[in-house]
Amino acid sequence: MLSFSPRYLFAVPVLAGSLALLASQSHVSVAPDPDNAGLKLPAGFGALKVAETGGKARHLAVTPQGVIYVKLNRVKDGKGILVLHSQPTGKATVTGGFGDYGGTGIYVKNGYLYASSDHAVYRYKLDAKGEVEAPGKGELLVRGLKVGSQHESKSIVLDNADNLYVNIGAYANACQEQDRTRGSKGIPNCPILDSAGGIWQFKASQANQTYKNGTRYATGLRNVVGLDWNQQDNQLFVMQHGRDQLHDNWPALYTDQQSAQLPAECMYALKPGDNAGWPYLYYDPQQKKKILGPEYGGDGKKEATGNYLDPAAAYPAHMAPNGLLFYTGTMFPAKYRNGAFIAFHGSWNRAPEPQAGYYVVFQPFKDGKPSGQWEVFADNFAGSAAKVASGRADHRPCGLAQGPDGSLYVSDDSKGTIYRIVYNAKK
Amino acid sequence: MTFRLAFLAFALAGGVFSLQAQHRPAPKKAPAKADPALAASLARGAVVYKNVCITCHQADGGGVPNMNPPLIKTQYVLGDKARLAHIVLAGLAEPIEIDGDEYKQHMPAQAYLTDQQVADVLTYVRNSFGNKASAVQVAEVKAVRATLPK
Repeated sequence: MLSFSPRYLFAVPVLAGSLALLASQSHVSVAPDPDNAGLKLPAGFGALKVAETGGKARHLAVTPQGVIYVKLNRVKDGKGILVLHSQPTGKATVTGGFGDYGGTGIYVKNGYLYASSDHAVYRYKLDAKGEVEAPGKGELLVRGLKVGSQHESKSIVLDNADNLYVNIGAYANACQEQDRTRGSKGIPNCPILDSAGGIWQFKASQANQTYKNGTRYATGLRNVVGLDWNQQDNQLFVMQHGRDQLHDNWPALYTDQQSAQLPAECMYALKPGDNAGWPYLYYDPQQKKKILGPEYGGDGKKEATGNYLDPAAAYPAHMAPNGLLFYTGTMFPAKYRNGAFIAFHGSWNRAPEPQAGYYVVFQPFKDGKPSGQWEVFADNFAGSAAKVASGRADHRPCGLAQGPDGSLYVSDDSKGTIYRIVYNAKK
Repeated sequence: MTFRLAFLAFALAGGVFSLQAQHRPAPKKAPAKADPALAASLARGAVVYKNVCITCHQADGGGVPNMNPPLIKTQYVLGDKARLAHIVLAGLAEPIEIDGDEYKQHMPAQAYLTDQQVADVLTYVRNSFGNKASAVQVAEVKAVRATLPK
């Protein structure tokens, strides 16, 4: 029974108002910091430090109205999610917070804010201004997700068909009988894969789900922190953190130099049922082959056999891709549209070789597939080349989000700085 | 000339202790003489550290945030030597907290190292990265190893 509701009358001016707001936002010039927030950027781009949150700022999300939500890895002053509101110049103030749990994942879609702890996913209804209606009352969507003492993050993203994708990282390096122990063999039919080491699909609007309500969407993924839904080919893309310690655990097979360069950090384009092959294989970017892991009888040369997914793109080892974002805005020049930004958190597993990463990369895409060489887009989060080499970076890029005007937001989970990158030159 | 260079090299190789002793006013207590056994243990320990520990605990001993704990001036390193040797021989599965930061990554047991190697690397760690603590003896490691389940 349809009846005329005065609420619709109210909705019209609200909608018009927010459209006007959007239009005015795109004309207000966001002011980059004089030093571009310490970042090195391509010509025409500028950056500002939006805010210093002082928390371990993992992923972040920006609503269509421009409200910024930041997920903290550890609760700070009782809050695991921070709310930030921006001035027209781009500087923002932390105006509040909620959620008494640490975690990584946060995402805005269809009028809801989704957020994850290391073992559960919640959602919060957003009002017409992009504000959470009832901060104290998150709706528990998924609970009881496996968490160990490594790869705890549950990164999240949604598709356009009301599905929620959750990474459940493997709580091991290579599924050895003794984790990270020299010479320890891999466990056959790695039991971790039953409940971790992959991407699980749940319903985005169903409360109180557990493993039995979800589907293991893709497996053989050691740990994914950065993931995004590609709108062009309607497909999930993920960035895997490749395995560590080939030299430490197999010194007869790998030098420490080889260990620093193997394996590639891989981007995968996933379809339901895909298997990327962890822990049985790793991807060698020099040989461009899927190599059988030493835990499972590999020697650095033997190729893995079986039906395993090839990476869509490969990046240098151990750089820890923590954020993935397909850029759909119009602020940046045309070459960036529908391409991927990747936040590389920076390595630890290259010692005694110099560490690497601590930057945001741009990967060009064409027709929904990586196309052409990736390039460093935003560099010097670390503060200096010496701080990159030692791994003692000042800032570590982790999360990526796109603002309503097409700005690129970057979170830093070391000092809690929130960055905003804008394009000011004429296109 | 050759003799003087050789002497200089010897003095440098002889360690910082003896060099400092020559240029500083004599402290109240007799200065510790360069201990050749200690110097040798430190040198061997540095090799073990580079081969076994450096990936996780890093060249500067500072560890990796959230994952691998720092070895700089913590009670785990400077305190009870038996507890420290036990961590190396048996590993550490539980997360630990140091100065309000949590470190979660599992430390694998390094029981394949000899008692000498464990003593050397712990002596090295206890006297590097700004640390200064007594050497770990082979007998102390042996005693801890004897308590481990077979």
